Amino acid sequence: MPRSILACAAALLLTAVAAPARAAEAAFKAAYASAEAANAEAGKLRNQWTTAVAALAAAKKAAEAGDFDKATSEARKSEQLSRAAIFQADEQKTNWKLMEIR
Amino acid sequence: MTGLAMAAALIAAPSFAAPAADAPDPAADLKAFQKYFRDKFPKVKFEDFVNGPYSMDEGLYRQWKEKEEFPPYEFALDLGKELMAKPFGNGKTLADCFPNKGVGIRQDYPYFDTEQGKVVTLELAVNQCREANGEPPYSYVKDEMAAVTAYMAFTSRGKPFDVKIPDDPRALAAYENGKRYFYTRRGQLNFSCATCHVQSPGERIRAEVLAPALGILNAMPIYRSEWSGMGTTSRRFTSCNSQVRGVPLKPQDEDYRDLEYYLSYVSNGLPISGPGARP
Repeated sequence: MPRSILACAAALLLTAVAAPARAAEAAFKAAYASAEAANAEAGKLRNQWTTAVAALAAAKKAAEAGDFDKATSEARKSEQLSRAAIFQADEQKTNWKLMEIR
Repeated sequence: MTGLAMAAALIAAPSFAAPAADAPDPAADLKAFQKYFRDKFPKVKFEDFVNGPYSMDEGLYRQWKEKEEFPPYEFALDLGKELMAKPFGNGKTLADCFPNKGVGIRQDYPYFDTEQGKVVTLELAVNQCREANGEPPYSYVKDEMAAVTAYMAFTSRGKPFDVKIPDDPRALAAYENGKRYFYTRRGQLNFSCATCHVQSPGERIRAEVLAPALGILNAMPIYRSEWSGMGTTSRRFTSCNSQVRGVPLKPQDEDYRDLEYYLSYVSNGLPISGPGARP
């Protein structure tokens, strides 16, 4: 087999493998940025959840190990938890009075 | 659980009564607060509320009485007494910073300091004293801080909480902020302080019997078997927040000091019983 054909095949193979990996990393970066922003917003409301913070840390750890699928999943989980924490803080701004002994 | 499902659960959370638009009235709050617990536990003697879970459970009460023969906080009392009298580098002592050398004054803390414009807890006063005399502050959660506050509580046993709210709008705002913190749900478990200590005292969470909020700070600091050591009010607040999966604030954060102000005020009239021992 001519060398040029072999080289073309190798290049195609590399592209096929690298493209999804780059896409997974990009998806992680986007998910992590959103999760970080949500966590920071919950922090401003003084209502971060330990589970959101733990999921954010797990996302970073998985990304450092090259497991971007797991990292993205953890980042998305963290964002969902932080969004719930933000909802809770907003809802409790007035509703805490419902529990007061009168 | 998804964010949406969790949000739905938050909306569906149970509530007590409809809120009213009203001006802060600490005296009315105190009356209603104490009546709530008296009505809920008619067999518990008023002064027994300071004994936390032991006032709620006969078996625990008997165990505690036996434990009190050789109390686990005893070593902290000796250390606390020693630290109160130990000279700083400048020759002064911790005792010099307090009225009556710190003996029999626990019931007056926290107080609203009109000069500083904030609530001063006993723990904060201890570290303010140390720092004013060129000494490093103690950790707010255990060890030396727990020891000196244990000693100060012990010398005040039997004296009723006498926390005052001066005629200062800032003091009233601090009181209201403490009340807000007490009743606000937080953490993934969506619990407020009141969820456990108003709605559910006497009930169990796993192996633990929940203490009533009334008198809960009268026993501080405490030796907790769970901690295998002493812990301060700061430690109690931060660990409660963590237990409901909320990131705790820093010890002696303004919200925590205001919370202590509120909770102490509504327990006015109940005797200091600290240091305590808890499972």
